[in-house]
Amino acid sequence: MKRALLTGNKAAAWGARLANVDYVPAFPITPQTEIIETIANWIDQDEMDCRMVTLESEHSMLTAAGAAAATGVRVFCATSSQGLLYAMEMLYTVAGWRAPFVLVNVSRGLAAPITLEPDHNDVLAARDSGFLQIHCSACQEVLDSTLIAYRLAEDERVRLPVIVNMDGFYLSFTREPVQIPDTKIVNQFVGEFDPENIRFSASAPVSQAVAVLGGTPYSYFRYETHLAALNGLAVYDEITEEFANTFGRRHDAVEAYRTEDAELVFVMMGSFATKAIDAVDGLREAGWAVGVLRPRLLRPFPADHFRRALAGKRGVAVIDQNLSMGKGGVLHTELASALYASAECSPVVVSFIGGLGGRDISLEEFYEMASVARKAIEEGCAPPPRLLYTREELREVRKLQAIANVEREELGQKK
Amino acid sequence: MSETRFQRRKDLPSTHLLGTGTPMCAGCGGLEAIHQIYDILGEKTVFINAAGCMTMLSVYPFTPFRGSWLYTAMASAPAGAQGVRDGLDVLLHKQRIESEEDLQVVVLTGDGSAYGMGLSATSSAIERGLDFLYICYDNEGYGNTGQQYSAATPHGARTATSKGPRGFPGYKKDLFAIWAAHRPAYVATVVGAEPLDLARKIEKAKSLKGPRLIMALSPCPTGWHYDPGESVAIGKLAVRTGCWPLKEYVDGKVVHTKVPHQRPPIEEYLKRQGRFSHLFQPERNELLLQEIQARVDGYWEGVI
Repeated sequence: MKRALLTGNKAAAWGARLANVDYVPAFPITPQTEIIETIANWIDQDEMDCRMVTLESEHSMLTAAGAAAATGVRVFCATSSQGLLYAMEMLYTVAGWRAPFVLVNVSRGLAAPITLEPDHNDVLAARDSGFLQIHCSACQEVLDSTLIAYRLAEDERVRLPVIVNMDGFYLSFTREPVQIPDTKIVNQFVGEFDPENIRFSASAPVSQAVAVLGGTPYSYFRYETHLAALNGLAVYDEITEEFANTFGRRHDAVEAYRTEDAELVFVMMGSFATKAIDAVDGLREAGWAVGVLRPRLLRPFPADHFRRALAGKRGVAVIDQNLSMGKGGVLHTELASALYASAECSPVVVSFIGGLGGRDISLEEFYEMASVARKAIEEGCAPPPRLLYTREELREVRKLQAIANVEREELGQKK
Repeated sequence: MSETRFQRRKDLPSTHLLGTGTPMCAGCGGLEAIHQIYDILGEKTVFINAAGCMTMLSVYPFTPFRGSWLYTAMASAPAGAQGVRDGLDVLLHKQRIESEEDLQVVVLTGDGSAYGMGLSATSSAIERGLDFLYICYDNEGYGNTGQQYSAATPHGARTATSKGPRGFPGYKKDLFAIWAAHRPAYVATVVGAEPLDLARKIEKAKSLKGPRLIMALSPCPTGWHYDPGESVAIGKLAVRTGCWPLKEYVDGKVVHTKVPHQRPPIEEYLKRQGRFSHLFQPERNELLLQEIQARVDGYWEGVI
């Protein structure tokens, strides 16, 4: 074991290296590029026995990734944002192939307007694809999750590809102390890839991904994929227990912080949850009984974990770093459906949207959200979803609009 | 081509590998070509398919192939071939499979994918020097969806999306030239109605390494509107009238493998197909017929 200062991107590359991946189809996109640059460099230096090929698009990259996994090799790839969406057809397709491999997504807001900084609309667009999803909040977790993801993907009860998600910039380009475990111990933990019956060879011809006619066989295979994804809940718990025993770090499906005696719980995904943890410490000092729950596993959705952790709580403030246009926060919807009509667990669930395109969420805003949630608890009724935005920010945008209007007038255009 | 084992018709394979009873239409010129191609490639192959008519060859739980198959998507079959080829190479390199387990990787797409959506993936597979064979069955339109025009549709043809009196206003894209411009190991045109020429080309493609691309003109009874029994005759006429030149690109040079010296007028080919009937009825469109003939003549003037 050695300790190093690593960016989230480097940590992801180390995960791939330690998992002995055979094949990396690649395509560059900010802020993911450092991952493939690192791996390319290791291959050039003979530090990794792996084949890497740059495709001409993420759509082709995902096709090659699935096809190689279907041929029987261990595959790693990485993308972000527009790239993930460009590959979307193939995300659904290769998950249906039941081709197990790991895709690291470095979250970044989606166009339009085009931007580089993070939120979760990209990875949540892949929510229903059949890929399982692990969301990270620290660089160590990125490395660890990549190893866990191979075990999860390749498990005979699951056999599905897995996305490991980290926030662009906040994790991808932030150096944190990361423990790089010994190769030998990782080899024992991850094991060799057993392609089972998914492979191509001359002596055992097989047709993969064939068409079906009619809803009956189609439904059968779709249900099978869903049930395999659900199997992932117990399998994930099993793997992370073994991981904790082997490496001494816990990565529970839902991470809990000071929730045991809490009346109000913040629920958040990704690196911004560490801001919620800071806020909870402040609120606790002021005598508020608050805590944080952070789902690491989004697919399969750990509904029982949430119901257990939220039993007896009076209020939940879900802070979504995403926005489903015309509905609101995706995590809010997911959690609300998991808690609906539950006898022992019926907190008031309040929805907030924040952190879009890398916008910060300040401590003061967490305090304000806690107040709003507490009021909702008292009134027994949740207010409509709140979009976090400050007067100061609005002033900044008004200034930009003023400049734009001056330029238009200069050109003789109408406002 | 003196080294070929296919000197005359009786040298063609007498056992046929592709199973019968597929869902393809009666008289499908694409299936006719694939039958012949498969007999020469053999079963140590994995077909990587893009969305099109031939996707219906393998419908759970049936397949006519004795070898393997992977359906990908419309745009990315060559990328699927990349993944399978690389996967096999990794397995061979790391000695996880014996060399006898290796497979020839074959992309199978229609013209909709080859001429359009899949062209970017094809271009980069060639540029990367991928060791694969690409077979495009070209029925000159989006056949599986009811023959809307594609980038492969010839000028003047009536399709489901060009029903006007002048038919399709565009011109068939020169995909052969586009492929050849990438300088791959091999490019060839074939048609099932010329089995000896086809067999020689597949034999040559099989013997080479790197990107090898074959486009097979695929007369299509349902899309071109003619009786299924006419497919072979129409395929032969496409070659004899000079509208489907049989040629190959190898070592940087294009060679025509069958030069039709006595070319019958193109209308001999056109008038047998319903998709061109508006050129003859209710009255002859002399101008358009002349234009189409002139384009064919112009092509051959550049050749001979």
